[in-house]
Amino acid sequence: MLVMVHIMNSEISASCIERWLLVFAERILEKKDYLTDLDAAIGDGDHGLNMARGVERLRERLGSKLVAAGRPLNAGLAAATEPADAETNIGVLLRTVAMTLISGVGGAAGALYGSFFLNAAKEAASLLKNGADPQRNISIAEFSQVLRSGLEGLKQRGKAGLDEKTMIDAFEPAIDALQDSIEQGEDATAAFTAACQAAEKGMQKTIGMQALKGRASYLGPRSIGHQDPGATSTFYLFEAARKAFA
Amino acid sequence: MVNLVIVSHSRRLAEGVKELATQMIFGAPDITTDATDANTDNTVQIVVAAGIPDEECDNATPYRLGSDALYIAQTIEQVWTQDGVLVLVDLGSAVLNTEMALDFLPPEMAGRCQISNAPLVEGAITAALEASLGHDLDTVNQAAESAAHIQKVSL
Ligand SMILES: Nc1ncnc2c1ncn2[C@@H]1O[C@H](COP(=O)(O)OP(=O)(O)OP(=O)(O)O)[C@@H](O)[C@H]1O
Ligand SMILES: [Mg+2]
Repeated sequence: MLVMVHIMNSEISASCIERWLLVFAERILEKKDYLTDLDAAIGDGDHGLNMARGVERLRERLGSKLVAAGRPLNAGLAAATEPADAETNIGVLLRTVAMTLISGVGGAAGALYGSFFLNAAKEAASLLKNGADPQRNISIAEFSQVLRSGLEGLKQRGKAGLDEKTMIDAFEPAIDALQDSIEQGEDATAAFTAACQAAEKGMQKTIGMQALKGRASYLGPRSIGHQDPGATSTFYLFEAARKAFA
Repeated sequence: MVNLVIVSHSRRLAEGVKELATQMIFGAPDITTDATDANTDNTVQIVVAAGIPDEECDNATPYRLGSDALYIAQTIEQVWTQDGVLVLVDLGSAVLNTEMALDFLPPEMAGRCQISNAPLVEGAITAALEASLGHDLDTVNQAAESAAHIQKVSL
């Protein structure tokens, strides 16, 4: 019995991931005005609206179980957007999330969250491709590897790194903390709690930074003293992960 | 003939740029406003992929301010020919999303597209003229990019 609980606690299923994103969606909708206020201070004041539009679409999409087939990225646009009743595996699910957020959110955040989930989907697909059961759950170590690939995709798309006052300042420490915790043999609860705390700390650290990327960089040193809206929505993503996976 | 795609956060801005650029087309200007009714082979097509399609927004048009990679990719696909497409962008995520759009296109198509580093207005005007003269993609983009150095105010 104890062993069972342990196994369940250290594996990630497609439905856990759905739950994660639904919790995230709810949190974004609650915090829409707050995110918009943060973006109004140093950007164009649309981050809350953009994210809200995206997660509303995500809720419809996840609810309706319309899952875009996990075809290769360069198969052409029709293939990339065409919904199909594919069997849901984790790779396909993450790809659907990516495509929904790209045009649902739009703007910089749509491209960046989209690249995150697209690369995560690719990593998941390659993990699942070689096994006997492509519908299988993945371990939290594999999940952490999936998120790491997502982060690499995001950084490439944004041509950005740490300390530039962007969502990366929440993403990267969170994924580092998750991986460290798992490597030390800690369980999912400890790992996702550590990730969430690191995301929060990273988000808070953006207050002292000068923006070097995105709309806020136009403000130069006047961007210092304000929390980055993208890092804030990313904190909610890891807060939702703690709720869904821990 | 090289076709042009105008990517901007704002539809009104993009349509204004298109209007100005269309005047520069050598020969008969094609005043199509939409990619869908642009089909001729012997005149430059200029189309806009501007704003984020959003049926629920409160604007006069079903687009909110911003940029959308999938919409940009679809627009490029509609006017793409072997001669290639030059994409002119305003700023910020217009660039990010155009780069992402090229990743969504088949490589042989993306390989015949360029994102111009040109300033939007001067670049579009120059590119429209150069493209209508039948120049190739590299030449059209080089001319558009060099428009950045035109001195507006004499010192
Ligand atoms: N190059 C980048 N790399 C990583 N993150 C970025 C980059 N540019 C912007 N961001 C993140 O995106 C957030 C802003 O997202 P938002 O949805 O408001 O897009 P935007 O800045 O309005 O886009 P646009 O360029 O269309 O104005 C910032 O708070 C920052 O965290
Ligand atoms: Mg913004």
